[in-house]
Amino acid sequence: MELQDFVKKFADQFDNTDPEEITASTRYQELEEWSSLTILVVITFVTTEYGKAVTGAELRSCETVEDLYNLIATK
Amino acid sequence: MIGENGPFSLSGKKILITGASSGIGRSCAIECSKLGAALIITGRNSERLEETMAMLSGYGHLFKALDLNDGDATSGFISDISNLDGVVYCAGIQKTCPSKLIQRADIEAVFETNFFSIANINSLLLKKKKLNKGASIVFISSTAAGIVAESGNAVYSASKGAITSFAKVLALELSHQKIRVNCILPAMVKTPLLETISVDKEQLELDEKRYPFGYGSPEDVAYAVIYLLSHAAKWVTGTNLLLDGGLTLR
Ligand SMILES: NC(=O)c1ccc[n+]([C@@H]2O[C@H](COP(=O)([O-])OP(=O)(O)OC[C@H]3O[C@@H](n4cnc5c(N)ncnc54)[C@H](OP(=O)(O)O)[C@@H]3O)[C@@H](O)[C@H]2O)c1
Repeated sequence: MELQDFVKKFADQFDNTDPEEITASTRYQELEEWSSLTILVVITFVTTEYGKAVTGAELRSCETVEDLYNLIATK
Repeated sequence: MIGENGPFSLSGKKILITGASSGIGRSCAIECSKLGAALIITGRNSERLEETMAMLSGYGHLFKALDLNDGDATSGFISDISNLDGVVYCAGIQKTCPSKLIQRADIEAVFETNFFSIANINSLLLKKKKLNKGASIVFISSTAAGIVAESGNAVYSASKGAITSFAKVLALELSHQKIRVNCILPAMVKTPLLETISVDKEQLELDEKRYPFGYGSPEDVAYAVIYLLSHAAKWVTGTNLLLDGGLTLR
């Protein structure tokens, strides 16, 4: 797993957000599209793409996309 | 009312309960045994089945550890059991996944346990003439079966919709044998299954606030099962009994 690649794939999970808008420093919980459904989508994406489990609470505990990347990287 | 000869008594009835190693199935087994039923309980995990056995009242109960997705083992098991007055289908799995990320393997896994295996045991019971006249079949479906939409629940919902539709036709086909067939549609019930819904604790606590009577307990479902198994429900077939703590009132 590599940060830029993760950011790109993470951005790809959104349907109503311009992927250009999402960078490593994006505070993803402030995105307009962020919702209980996007939480589910990200949880499922992380499981299928990286074989790792993240919880909703962990998603809420991170601020930026990079924070989330670091969290997953240490799992 | 509830005693040995009351309308809700299960005394003298032989009842098969699947998924009795945990949650709703375990609670159904415990409560049915208190009303005098002789039980045959199944699940895959024999240790947890034995725990359930130790919680049962009365005697004459049997247990069998069995993966219901194993067709040959299931067929052998059904051949071996004596005739039944009731069946409660509690075995089931939950998988949360948003629709766009569903993979074929997820659909297969959920349908295998929640629909195919149940339809299969049911046919085995009928072909091998294991159901007595006047027997009662109860399926634990869910409010997910077309009543309440929850994000991430599409495949599970579809499997429960399948079982609910299946039950309706079965009720018609078995009516001439005076066998009754009904579904129970619970909303959220506090069982180990909730842990497989990959939302977190805080979200569950928020969700429970939508229920005027809170989430259900396994006993809430077991008491409805008892009603449908008992003589008290002798006029009831083909119905979907909604148990939702008031969730769908508005
Ligand atoms: N909890 C809820 O909120 C809720 C709401 C509506 C409907 N329901 C339905 O109620 C039923 C019981 O759920 P629960 O909450 O009590 O779940 P649970 O605590 O997870 O129990 C599920 C049971 O199913 C058995 N099972 C699963 N796969 C099996 C297989 N392949 N072969 C044999 N047994 C199998 C498990 O036994 P082993 O682990 O020993 O194999 C266990 O005894 C399910 O059909 C569920 O969909 C639950």
